[in-house]
Amino acid sequence: MNALMEHNASEAGAAGFLHRFEGLRERLPGQGLPWLASLRARAAEAFRAQGFPTRKVEAWRYTDLAPLTQAGFGEPLTPVDGALVLPRSAAPKRLVFVDGRFREDLSDEGSPARSLARHLPEAEGLLGSIARIDDLPLVALNTALFEDGALIDLGEGVDGGVVEILSVTSAGRPVAAHPRHLVRLAAGARLVLIERAWSAEQDPAEGEGRYLHSPVWEFVVGEDAHVTHARLQQEGRAGLHLATTFARVKASGTYDSFLLHAGARLSRSEAHVTLAGPRAAAHLNGAQLLGDGQHGDCTTFLDHAAPDCPSRQTVKTVLAGKSRGVFQGKIHVHQVAQRTDGYQMNQALLLSDQAEIDSKPQLEIYADDVKCSHGATVGELDESQLFYLRARGIPEGVARSMLIEAFLLEAVEGVADEAARAALAEVVAGSWERLA
Amino acid sequence: MLKIEGLRAEVEGKEILKGIDLEVPAGEIHAIMGPNGSGKSTLSYVLAGREGYEITGGAVSFHGQDLLAMEPEERAAAGLFLAFQYPVELPGVGNANFLRTALNAIRRSKGEPELDAMQFLKVARARMKALSMPEDMLKRGVNVGFSGGEKKRNEVLQMALLNPGMAILDETDSGLDIDALKIVADGVNAMRGPAFSSLVITHYQRLLDYIVPDKVHVLMGGRIVQTGGPELAHQLEASGYGSVQAA
Amino acid sequence: MPAVTETIDAVQSVTQGAYKYGFETEIDMEFAPKGLNEDIVRFISAKKEEPAWLLEWRLKAFALWKTMVEPTWPAVKYPPIDYQDAYYYAAPVKKAGPKSLDEVDPELLRTYEKLGIPLKEQAILAGVEGAGDTPAEGGRMPIAVDAVFDSVSVATSYKDRLAKEGIIFCAISEAVREHPELVRQYLGSVVPQGDNFFAALNSAVFTDGSFVYIPKGVKCPMELSTYFRINAKSTGQFERTLIIADERASVSYLEGCTAPMRDENQLHAAVVELVALDDASIKYSTVQNWYPGDENGKGGIYNFVTKRGACRGARSKISWTQVETGSAITWKYPSCLLLGEDSVGEFYSVAITNNWQQADTGTKMFHIGPRTRSTIISKGISAGQGQNTYRGLVKISPKATGARNFTQCDSLLIGDQCGAHTVPYIENRCITAKVEHEATTSRIAEDQLFYCRQRGLSQEDAVGLIVNGFCREVLKELPMEFAVEAQKLLQISLEGSVG
Repeated sequence: MNALMEHNASEAGAAGFLHRFEGLRERLPGQGLPWLASLRARAAEAFRAQGFPTRKVEAWRYTDLAPLTQAGFGEPLTPVDGALVLPRSAAPKRLVFVDGRFREDLSDEGSPARSLARHLPEAEGLLGSIARIDDLPLVALNTALFEDGALIDLGEGVDGGVVEILSVTSAGRPVAAHPRHLVRLAAGARLVLIERAWSAEQDPAEGEGRYLHSPVWEFVVGEDAHVTHARLQQEGRAGLHLATTFARVKASGTYDSFLLHAGARLSRSEAHVTLAGPRAAAHLNGAQLLGDGQHGDCTTFLDHAAPDCPSRQTVKTVLAGKSRGVFQGKIHVHQVAQRTDGYQMNQALLLSDQAEIDSKPQLEIYADDVKCSHGATVGELDESQLFYLRARGIPEGVARSMLIEAFLLEAVEGVADEAARAALAEVVAGSWERLA
Repeated sequence: MLKIEGLRAEVEGKEILKGIDLEVPAGEIHAIMGPNGSGKSTLSYVLAGREGYEITGGAVSFHGQDLLAMEPEERAAAGLFLAFQYPVELPGVGNANFLRTALNAIRRSKGEPELDAMQFLKVARARMKALSMPEDMLKRGVNVGFSGGEKKRNEVLQMALLNPGMAILDETDSGLDIDALKIVADGVNAMRGPAFSSLVITHYQRLLDYIVPDKVHVLMGGRIVQTGGPELAHQLEASGYGSVQAA
Repeated sequence: MPAVTETIDAVQSVTQGAYKYGFETEIDMEFAPKGLNEDIVRFISAKKEEPAWLLEWRLKAFALWKTMVEPTWPAVKYPPIDYQDAYYYAAPVKKAGPKSLDEVDPELLRTYEKLGIPLKEQAILAGVEGAGDTPAEGGRMPIAVDAVFDSVSVATSYKDRLAKEGIIFCAISEAVREHPELVRQYLGSVVPQGDNFFAALNSAVFTDGSFVYIPKGVKCPMELSTYFRINAKSTGQFERTLIIADERASVSYLEGCTAPMRDENQLHAAVVELVALDDASIKYSTVQNWYPGDENGKGGIYNFVTKRGACRGARSKISWTQVETGSAITWKYPSCLLLGEDSVGEFYSVAITNNWQQADTGTKMFHIGPRTRSTIISKGISAGQGQNTYRGLVKISPKATGARNFTQCDSLLIGDQCGAHTVPYIENRCITAKVEHEATTSRIAEDQLFYCRQRGLSQEDAVGLIVNGFCREVLKELPMEFAVEAQKLLQISLEGSVG
C-alpha cells in the first residue's frame, strides 16, 4: 500500500519534469547541435522509463525523494536580474551561476572556467562521456534539462590554479536548476576547484523558499593530472540539493575531493569515481553537519578498474536536532585491479536523541592481491577526552565544541592541496559554529 | 656440508649475486659480512628457496644433494634453517602449535616419532628457560605483538628445537640490546659441534665477539671479495668496508 | 590441550580430499506425491498426526507463501527453482519402536557409522531404548543426539536422563503431541509464518526438527545436538527447530548436516527459533557440511535458512556460531532480537566458498532494550570461483540507551577468480549507543607461506595453518569436539585451491 502510493507520487513528480522538458526543448541551449538534441531526447526517455528513484531501490533505501516529487517545480525559468548578496570569493577567479544560468556580470574574467552554454560545440564527445543516464534518473533529468554550467578544459601540463564555481539560487520561488559542469585535464594538468552551492536567502522559515539544485559533474582526469574538487553545499535550509559527480582517472592521475553538507533540507551527493589506469588515486573525504529538519546523504561508488591504485575516504557526520544522516560507500575492486590499496572510514556523532544515522560501507572484491579495509563508528564524544579538557579548566560546552570541531576537521586532513585544505577547514569550522 | 659454486641470482631482472663461491664444512661457523645492498639477504633467501629470485647460474649442494632443486620445506627437512632478519607474523596461529607442527613435520621426514603435546611442552619449556623467554610466548600468535628482541629470540628457540645441521642467521643481531645478543649467541654456541655448521650474516663485528667464527667472508657487490680468520672482522670494524674496496 | 592447537593432527588425519559424506543409503522410503499444494500440506500434517490448530497454522503459511516472491537481493545466482518438481515428505519405512540394536534397519546403522558417529551413540541414535544411560567411553562428556533423516526424526538419545532434569529434548513432531501448550506458545513467535519467502514455505511444509525446553534454573548437563541428513533424491528438507531456555536456564546446542553427492540441486529451507527468558543463555553452533556440488558447480544443496533468536528476558544471551563449509548456495542470517535489558547477542561465523560455491551470510542484531550488547565476528574465505558475501545489519532503536556493538569482518582470498564482498548496514537512532565496525580483505601473504615452509611445512599444510589462524576467533567458540571437526573441514573445503 505504502509502496504503491510512493510509486504514484514518484510518477506524478516525474510527469511534471517531463512536461517541463517538452515545454523547454525548443529553447534549451544547443539548438542546431544534432548530437545534443538526440542526447537530450534519449535522456528524457531514460528518465521517463525510470521515474524518480523510490526507497525500494537499494541505493536509495535511506533517502526519500518525496519532498521533491510532491513539490511542483513546473514553472519555466525566467532570469533574475539585479543585485544579489554573494559570499566572499574563495578563489582569485570565480564563475557565478544564478538559478543554473551563467552571470557574466558577477563573474571574474580570465578564468579557465567558461560558460558551457556559450561553448557547447566544444563539449561534443565530452558531455555524457562518463555520466550514466540509463540507471541514474537524476542524471538523465539533468542531461535533458541542463541550461548551463562550467566548462574547464586544460591542455597538457597546464596549471589552472584555483577556480571557484558559485551556484546561487535566488530563492523565494520554486525554481529547479540542473547545471551541467564539465572538467577535462590533459596529461599533467593541475586544478583546484572550489564549488559552492549557495542560496541568496539563507535560513528562510520552514516551507518557504523551496527549490531544487541538481548539478551533474563530469571529470576526465588525464595521466599524471591532479584535480582537487571541494564541494561546499551551503544551500538555503529549504533547498533540495541532489548532486551527482562522475570522475574517470587515468594512470597516475588524482581526483582529490572533499564534500561539505551544511545547508539544504534534503541533500544527497553521489560520486561515481573510476580509477581507470595504473596508480590512479582517489580521495573522497567529506563532512556532514546536519541540524533540525535536515537530511544529508553522502553516497560514493569507487571503482578500482586498474592495478596499483590507492583510494582513501574519511567521512564524518555530526547530527543535531531531528536530523538524519546517511553514508553509503562502495568500493568495487575488479579482477584486474591487483595490488589495490583501499581504505574507508566513516564516523558519526549524534548530538540529539531525535537524530538518526544510517551507514552502509561496502566492499565488493574480485582481485586477490588487495589490501582493503573499512571502518565505521557511531557514538558519543569520548568521555575521557572531555574530562581531560574540563580538568584543564575548559567549560563543558566549549570542550564539547572543541572536540566536535576536531572530529570534523579530521576529514579535511586528507585534502592534499594546502591552500584548499586551509580554506575548507575554515568553512567547516564556521558551519559547525552556525549549527552549535 | 654446504658448497656454493658460482652462484648467480637476479631479482626483477637485476643481478644481485654475481658468482658466489663458498664452502662451509661440517662443524664450522662462517661469518658473512658486508655493507647494505651487498646481497647478504638475497643469499640467505636463495639458499632457503624463497620465490622471486631467479637463479641464473651456479650450483649449491647441501649434504651432497642439489639444494636448488628442492622445495623450501624439503630444504628445512634436510636440516637447513634460516633465522629471518624480519620474522613473519602469523595472526591467530598459536606459537606452540606452530613450533610443534614444524618440529613434527621435520621429525616425520627423518622417520622419527612425532612428539605429543605433553612431550613437546616439556622440551619447549626447557629451551625457553635457557633463552630467558617467558612461557606465555607459547600461547601468543606467532611473532604477533612480539618486540624486536622477542622475535629474534623466538627464531633462536625454533632453531634450538628443530636442531638443524645448518643454520643461516640473517642479521639476527640487528635490533638486539647487549643482553639479548648474549642470549642469542649462547643459543648458537650451545649447538656447536661436529654436525652443526652455521652461516652468520651480519653487518657488524659485534655479534662475532660472542659467536667466534672459524672464517669470515666479505660480500660486496654480489661477490665474496675477501676471506680470512676472525681477525678480519676486527679489521673491518676498525677501517670500514671502504678499505676492502680499495684493496 | 585446547582443541584449536590440534589443527595439524586434524588436518593430517584427512587423507582423501573428496566430500566423504556423499554416499547414499539404500533403504525403503515412503514419499508424499511430488509437488506442492494444499493437499500436500494436509498430507504432512496427517502423517504427523497433528492437531487441527497446527494444520490451520500451516495452511495460513501456505496461503501467505503463494502471495510472496523469492528474494532477489542476495548476491547469489541460480536457475529458477521449480517448487512443484520435488518431494516434500520422505521417510524411511520403520517398524514402530525397535527395542534392540538387531531390530533397527541395518542400513540406517551403517549410515550413522559411515557418518562417524561413535558406536555408543549409534546404538542410541537408531532408536534403541535404554542404551544412553552410561557415559561414553574415554570419560568424555556425553552428547545427546536427535537424528533427522530426510523428513523424520529417527531417534533421540539421552532423553530419559535429560528428563530427570526436567529437560525436554525430542523431535518437534513428538513435542507437538506431548507438549502442545509449549509448542503452541512459542512456534512462530520469533519467525512468524510470513517472515520471508523461505520461512513461509517452511511453515507450510516443515517435517521434523528438534524441540528443546530447559526449565527454570537448569543448566543442561550435556551438549545437545541434531544431525540432519538429506538422503532421498529430489527431496527438500524443511526442518523446524525450537529451543526455549526458561529463566536462569542455559544450554549449548549443535547441529550438523550432510547429504549425498548428486547432480541435482536439493533445497534445504529450515527455520530455527530460539527464545531466552530472564538470565537464560543459549549457545547455538552449526557445522554445515551439506554437499557443495562438484568442482564444476554441478549439484549441491541450496541452503536457504532463517534463524533467529529472541532475548526476551533481562540479561539473557544468545550466541550463534557457524562454520559454513558446504552447500552450493548458502543464504542465512542468524539474528538476535535484543529485547531484554542488558541482553547480549553474539555471532561468530566462518564461511568458505570454494569451486563454484556461493554464500551470502551474516547476521542482524536488533538492539531494542537498554544496554543491550552485540558482537559480530565474521571470517569469509573465498577460493576457486567462489563468491562470499557478508551481509549484516546492526539496528539500534531510540530506547536502546547505552547499546554497544562491535563488528569485525575479515575476508581472505585464495586465487584471483573468486570474490569477497562485505555489505554491512548500520542504522542508529540512539544518542548514547556506540557502534564500531571494522572490515578487512586480504590474501595469504607470500612471506607467511614461505616462513612456514622454511620451517618444514608443506604448502597445503601451511595454507591450512594460516587459514585456521585466520578463523581462530570463531573456532574457539565451538564446543571442543566440533572445533577439531571444523578444522578438518576447513582443510578439506580448501583442497585444490592452492597450486
